[in-house]
Amino acid sequence: MNVKWLGVLVAAVLVVGGASFAAPARAEGGLALLNVSYDPTRELYQAFNKSFTDFWQKKTGAAVTVQQSHGGSGKQARSVIDGLEADVVTLALAYDIDAIAKNSGLLPVDWQTRLPDNSAPYTSTIVFVVRKGNPLQIKDWNDLVKPGVSVITPNPKTSGGARWNYLAAWGYALKNFNNDEAKAREFVAALYKNVPVLDSGARGSTTTFVERKIGDVLLAWENEAYLVVNQFSADGYEIVAPSLSILAEPAVALVDGNVDRHGTRSLAQAYLEYLYTPEGQEIAAQNHYRPRLAEVVQKYAGQFKQIELITIDAVFGGWQKAQQTHFADNGVFDQIYQKK
Amino acid sequence: MNTRTEPVVIRRLFIGIALGFFGLFIVLPLICVFYHAFSKGWVVYLQALAHPDALAAMRLTVITALVAVPLNLVFGVAASWAIAKFDFKGRDLLLSLIDLPLSVSPVIAGLIFVLIFGAQGALGPWLRAHNIHVIFALPGIILATIFVTFPMVARELIPVMRSQGNEEEEAALTLGASGWKTFWMVSVPNIRWGILYGIILCNARAMGEFGAVSVVSGHIRGLTNTLPLHVEILYNEYQSAAAFAAASILVLLAIVTLVAKTVIEAVIRRGHTA
Repeated sequence: MNVKWLGVLVAAVLVVGGASFAAPARAEGGLALLNVSYDPTRELYQAFNKSFTDFWQKKTGAAVTVQQSHGGSGKQARSVIDGLEADVVTLALAYDIDAIAKNSGLLPVDWQTRLPDNSAPYTSTIVFVVRKGNPLQIKDWNDLVKPGVSVITPNPKTSGGARWNYLAAWGYALKNFNNDEAKAREFVAALYKNVPVLDSGARGSTTTFVERKIGDVLLAWENEAYLVVNQFSADGYEIVAPSLSILAEPAVALVDGNVDRHGTRSLAQAYLEYLYTPEGQEIAAQNHYRPRLAEVVQKYAGQFKQIELITIDAVFGGWQKAQQTHFADNGVFDQIYQKK
Repeated sequence: MNTRTEPVVIRRLFIGIALGFFGLFIVLPLICVFYHAFSKGWVVYLQALAHPDALAAMRLTVITALVAVPLNLVFGVAASWAIAKFDFKGRDLLLSLIDLPLSVSPVIAGLIFVLIFGAQGALGPWLRAHNIHVIFALPGIILATIFVTFPMVARELIPVMRSQGNEEEEAALTLGASGWKTFWMVSVPNIRWGILYGIILCNARAMGEFGAVSVVSGHIRGLTNTLPLHVEILYNEYQSAAAFAAASILVLLAIVTLVAKTVIEAVIRRGHTA
């Protein structure tokens, strides 16, 4: 080793390091969109992005690339607040996008009114996945609180999907106990007594159930449930639709503060609007998200089981309130889970 | 200590325990990685490695190591030289500070950079105003990697330099060599194998780091996923074969590291006895 060699080395490091600072996190040439999404939408947006880029190329002649980032919904919101430069966010709940609006000011607080259907182009719900032949004959929520039934659901403190699971169980209990809050609380507490492990995200729970073979029943997004059944067809998993579940509205939004910096506002707007077109709706339905558009709903009617769906606004007074009551520190969930 | 005084049974028992642990916790998992990687055949294995996202992840991992390792090398040589050859105030403090990244959880290491460079962090607004991307981009990944690999080279060199003492340097200085010349002509040649050893360990950790990098990556496919992050993503997408194919690259890196380490250790030992 000599001085010259070291000089070359340092120079090389500075060049590579310097270049890395200068090059922004965008694709070279052409426009790029960054869609920051949550865990179970990987397959959906893989198909959707392909369809959209083809559509955009045909319409404008310009090539675009759509980059994806996936993770737990709450974590992804946090990343956007911390500076992950999402052009659009497509998250599990409106609450997480509210958090971005509130903590970073990157988009207005009334973002949800800017697109049709509460800015939720597709919906989903919570269903059960059971093992081959449904050995414990699990049919409805009341089967989940029986002693000896092992239920797999993620942690509602960190996972969007887990909160829907929790609220669906609560909604079922309210209906069956004539809106008796105390009895609903007992019911949900009994259910969580049957949960052997709380994973931090929906994908983690699925892995626990499918790969680690823990639990008798998995509470899952409907689309995630279909993915399990199709991916592991050899294992013979079955989907059980409970009598009542919750209407989950995964929301999408344009992140104004970022698109204006990137000059991608019209492209991002078109991207989100494309979700509402027949093409976008079909892709959603094919990936087992419930479409909104009447003609697509009709076409895929056979694929989605008829379930009575309650809404968070009607039963829980909206996300902000549900979050405060149930999932905030020392909220109802903390109280019932500690009692375990 | 003369082990020959122990009864044969005890000796065999201890050797058995050691080998058993080694097989159970090291060899078996490694075999598993390759078994799963090739569970769907060569074609799937090669396709997984040739996927644009996989190639991007490898490229990012290599670039990160190419920046992080040389910087830590320069730092490590400087720090260990200062610590081993000179006596100054705060030397012990510096010595313990170098070890800090080893005792801090990698997640904390990542969060430190989010708190400094994140949009809500100390430098965030200024960086944003000047359109400089640090976290959720390459610089953040490199910074987090440098942080966790910071002690690797220095830790290797300090004991080597200490054991050599100052006699040769003092002789050089007495004969009229400048400090700079002494460093290059005397100190560095004496520790060249230690340097190589440090580089290899540092490189292995830099390429394999998961926790800290995960926090600052943003997980943008084909852009900010390093190889370890890519493995996790594939696994979560139920693409086990592809996930283990990517993991096998990391395992190969580990094996190469191990072999190189053994060779260098042998060279160092020969150097000592010669």
